[in-house]
Amino acid sequence: MNILYKIGKGALTFAKYFSLVFFSFFAVLPVVSCFITAFKTDQEYQTTNVMTMPKSWLNFENFIQAFNKAGMGRAFLNSTIILICVLFFSVMIGTQLAYVLNRFKFFGNTIIRALFLFASQLPGVAMQIAVYEIMYNLGFINSLIGYIIMMCGTDIISIYIYIQFFENIDYSLDESAIIDGANYFTIFYKVLFPLLKPAIVTSCILKGVGTYNEYYCANLYLQDKNKYATVATSLYTFVGPLGSKYNLICAGVIISLLPALIVFILCQKQIYSGLTAGAVKG
Amino acid sequence: MFAFMIVPLLLLFVFTYLPFGKMFSFSFYNMKYVGARKFVGLKNYIKVFQRDDCFGALKLSLYYMLGSVVQLSLALYLATILSFKVKGGNIFKGFMFFPFLINGIAIGFIFKFFYTRGFVFDTVLQWCGFQLDNLPYWLRDQRINNFSLVGTSVWRYFGQNMVLFIGAIMSVDAELYEAAMLDGANRFQQFKYIIMPSIKTIITLNVILSITGSLSAFEPPYVITDGANGTGTYFVVMHQIAHTQQKVGLASAMAIVLLLIIFIATILQKLFFKYVFRSAEDEDPRAAIRRERAVARSIKKLEKKSAVGGK
Repeated sequence: MNILYKIGKGALTFAKYFSLVFFSFFAVLPVVSCFITAFKTDQEYQTTNVMTMPKSWLNFENFIQAFNKAGMGRAFLNSTIILICVLFFSVMIGTQLAYVLNRFKFFGNTIIRALFLFASQLPGVAMQIAVYEIMYNLGFINSLIGYIIMMCGTDIISIYIYIQFFENIDYSLDESAIIDGANYFTIFYKVLFPLLKPAIVTSCILKGVGTYNEYYCANLYLQDKNKYATVATSLYTFVGPLGSKYNLICAGVIISLLPALIVFILCQKQIYSGLTAGAVKG
Repeated sequence: MFAFMIVPLLLLFVFTYLPFGKMFSFSFYNMKYVGARKFVGLKNYIKVFQRDDCFGALKLSLYYMLGSVVQLSLALYLATILSFKVKGGNIFKGFMFFPFLINGIAIGFIFKFFYTRGFVFDTVLQWCGFQLDNLPYWLRDQRINNFSLVGTSVWRYFGQNMVLFIGAIMSVDAELYEAAMLDGANRFQQFKYIIMPSIKTIITLNVILSITGSLSAFEPPYVITDGANGTGTYFVVMHQIAHTQQKVGLASAMAIVLLLIIFIATILQKLFFKYVFRSAEDEDPRAAIRRERAVARSIKKLEKKSAVGGK
């Protein structure tokens, strides 16, 4: 009986780790194979199997070439500008909105929440048909500023993260500030905003990764690929004449996902908790 | 105080609700982005249902629905494993989650490379003993290419679903597991009676999201095959009609039709889940009353017996 139990338990543990290793293997395999290929010279790439290791792990030739060919210097600059502006404004806008929605009861409070919730249900690709016309009329095609303004709109998930956080900040703080003669503006910026820091970090990471990876709208509205490429759209350079030089393409892909990888390794916990917070509330 | 809300509401209006309204009105016109427009009434809608490439493309979403079933069950399985003590659990979790953070174009290239004849996937299958000649062309063979594309979307999102499920499972009170262990419940029973009920909501939410998601599947075919070889989903076709052929009216009609379908699907699902869960909750009080009565009866019997025995 005891032995049977032990065997059963052992088998269960084995099955557990086997499935973890198996699925992790499949999760990393595509990226790892890309990584391997990125270090191969043209000759190696043509003659060896994709899964053989490269001769030298110090062959950065492909990375340099991919970086130059795709104009990634420019792309990183653009992406950084977009990222900073979008994060700054969306945090400002989002926290303010969450503050009003959480601290004040007024007619329309629930309506506004419902409007944001409903907006998140609309598939973005379909909406762009009409957004394109608006962007065109506003003169926002091929304009970084236009793209940034479009991306600044807050999304329901960050609003939920902020509101959740506001709920945990005691209302007596506001009250004592009011007694001291502060107006809503000062309360928000001097008292509440500094307290919101963890929530802001979480939503910034989520929004930041999303903005950095956004390519559909970037491709649609920033059509001049020399001037206004972002990191995601700069990879498009590899479609076409370079389409079969996968050692080069893989190097480009690896460069483009490095920032996301670094952020992920540094901020795993915030990413997980942010996702969960947003989803549970939604 | 209301000044705080002007900017976000303005943005919401300009980039979401204004286009929404415009799209609705576009759908009644024969028009391009620039130039004259002609009112055509419901003709665009009729076309949506008549053209093969529009409505036929919706069939493809069945593949994606199947994919999302696989994706959700896989995520749930792995989440259950990972929420108990596992060596290196965080590393596994990280490996499986990371694909979610890669941008769509990069994923497109990675998987073009992955599925190319004789490349990564074929190599791995050859390790397992398959012959290259027996393997299909993953992206060209019409019988299989949609499954390949669905595979990429499962690959991309299962880790994210898993993290959500882990979050929900972790929020269950740990004492419940201890109590269940003491009562001799095995892992499967724990899963069925403790984990499942407490993450019901998030599962429901994800099922709804995944069905709307599969109706609007877009990214994998858009970046990997550009809709060639019978992989053009509804949105890929719509994108081509709107931005390549510039038939804005028709594309808007397509968008509105899909939105309607999505809303109907969502409402039906909500009703379905409500019905299923409510009937489960409805039974509870009655069962509880019955149990109470049974207990009361047995107590009476016991009392009688003890009374009899006392005599």
